[in-house]
Amino acid sequence: MRGLTRFGTALGLLGTSLLAHAGPALDGIQQKQPTNWHAITMFCLFVALTMGITYWAASRTKSTADFYTAGGGITGFQNGLAIAGDYMSAATLLGLSAMVYGQGYDGYIYMLAFFAGWPIILFLMAERLRNLGRFTFSDITAYRLDQGKVRTMAAISSLTVVCFYLLAQMVGAGQLIKLLFGLEYKIAIFVVGLLMMFYVIFGGMVATTWVQIIKACMLLIGGTLVMVLAMSQFGFSYHTLVEKATAVHKLGPKLMYPGSLLSDPVTAISLGLGLMFGTAGLPHILMRFFTVTNAKEARKSVLYASGFVSYFFNVIFLIGLTGIIIVGQNGSFFEGGKIGGKLIGGGNMVAMHLAKAVGGNMLLGFLAAVAFATILAVVSGLALAGASAISHDLYARVIMKGKASETTEIKVSKVATICLGFVAIVLGILFEKQNIAFMVGLAFGVAAAANFPVLILSMYWKGLTTRGALWGGYGGLISAFLFVLFSKSVWVDVIGYKAPLFPYTQPALFAMPIAFGLAYLFSKLDGSDRAKAEIEAFEDQYVRGQTGFGASGAGKH
Amino acid sequence: MSSEMYEHMRANPKFQRLVARRTRFAWTLTFIVLGMFYGFVLVVAFKPAILGRPIVQGSMLTIGVAVELFMFIFFWVLTAVYVRRANGEFDELTQEIIKDAWKENP
Repeated sequence: MRGLTRFGTALGLLGTSLLAHAGPALDGIQQKQPTNWHAITMFCLFVALTMGITYWAASRTKSTADFYTAGGGITGFQNGLAIAGDYMSAATLLGLSAMVYGQGYDGYIYMLAFFAGWPIILFLMAERLRNLGRFTFSDITAYRLDQGKVRTMAAISSLTVVCFYLLAQMVGAGQLIKLLFGLEYKIAIFVVGLLMMFYVIFGGMVATTWVQIIKACMLLIGGTLVMVLAMSQFGFSYHTLVEKATAVHKLGPKLMYPGSLLSDPVTAISLGLGLMFGTAGLPHILMRFFTVTNAKEARKSVLYASGFVSYFFNVIFLIGLTGIIIVGQNGSFFEGGKIGGKLIGGGNMVAMHLAKAVGGNMLLGFLAAVAFATILAVVSGLALAGASAISHDLYARVIMKGKASETTEIKVSKVATICLGFVAIVLGILFEKQNIAFMVGLAFGVAAAANFPVLILSMYWKGLTTRGALWGGYGGLISAFLFVLFSKSVWVDVIGYKAPLFPYTQPALFAMPIAFGLAYLFSKLDGSDRAKAEIEAFEDQYVRGQTGFGASGAGKH
Repeated sequence: MSSEMYEHMRANPKFQRLVARRTRFAWTLTFIVLGMFYGFVLVVAFKPAILGRPIVQGSMLTIGVAVELFMFIFFWVLTAVYVRRANGEFDELTQEIIKDAWKENP
């Protein structure tokens, strides 16, 4: 049962981003570490570099298109790195290497589940997203439907996803930074919140993308370096590595068998669906498809992104396995020097300890700085996605009905960023001691059940009407919310009831059919004239989705 | 005006060809990925012991690791195959369709 719980919380852990707040791993590691000057110096270098980029980006961020999508001038390769950066987080590095360290092969299975969504996004969504959308994914869902109602619905579910995700990030960030840098929790939260506002407000999407690209490169280099140094101790032989690892690990030969993590098929399939389609419904990921010049570049970005992600997951698998011997057999990494006891800093510190063991304090400092940079990059992307839902969808299209000037729209999104930043800081401090593991699960659940079904139906199904979209979207949102609320991770772990009302931790397998079913049913039942016009309008949308003719052009960057 | 353009494009037999080919291609690849991935998930759920066996006697490489590594590489190759065909053949066809529509609708 504990395996399942951890399995559930791990969904979040890995998610498109952050971090290590999940499950048992971070429990009871509230003690502050000595100040780590190597890490702080390297992090300051990163901040200085990204500040410089933001300064440069600010001069190129004038129109709304610059602000939301970097003027559509990002190349496929750059965007691929940025998407990979959004996807490979501190959680991937720390959480997944810890999972391989503890459970062996299960961690590897998990990584495949994270990866398998990308080809699907490419085959079914990438080019239509680029051909139909401009700034936010509601541009697509509202393309031929009632602008006001559909955008309001999409903005509400986007903001739900962004807020829960952001909060989970902030709390995780504070705890991780306390651990790695020896900074106070509150200071860490303020640093993350203020830097995030700075990047987004002054540099918009240009700065946010470059922060993400730099961080992705740092993560790839840092991870590869640790892996190569660690593998050199085994003569680069996978055979020797596994032989030694199975000999010393408490699971023995079972290390390379699927374990308890995926023993329940319902949870396994529900998690697979949630990861795959949740990713395809995350506003800050979808937004990345509007930053490239055309559908061609959009496709290339997925090719590069999935290449980097797939490579990095295999690196992490090796990091976890080498950690079993190099970290797991070294008493100095355990509390009280007791091998097999509790790792100093908690279970998620395997990759960090390994960096120290194979590369000394410099490498440890570098990797810690990478982890901090990762959090910063992800919260910036989230804040920008949230701000654009407020300024582009709610303000410019719903309230002003498309009559807002570009200057005021940008002003509104900057104010929205400041508000989101302060909300994130205040909630981050309030929730310091709370168990927030369910929040990322909720964010993925809502993305998979509220955003994804309406988005995919609006692209593929002629018969979708406003009424159907609203029922599907709100139905998915509410059911995902309730399933998570009644599941063990909130009902029992947070509220404190004895038994959960809903037996599974993953909502996707149940909430997604509800959303699709409602959207279908209410579209079919909608016999209004408006519905007929909407169905007719699909033809033009379809041609544009296929050919890209009429799609918003690229800027001149 | 752009609605007229769309009308022209839709009537173009090349458009029908583009849509038919790309749809078939994209869904075939999708089913390959989904089939392999969920097939694998079912093996994990119901017959996990198979995955722990070595690929050959005495090897440290297990079937599970080998199959997964294969999928990591194979899925990525499929994305490359799709991008190659979409950015080549399909995009050329798209350009022709747009050009034809401009000609008919100056």
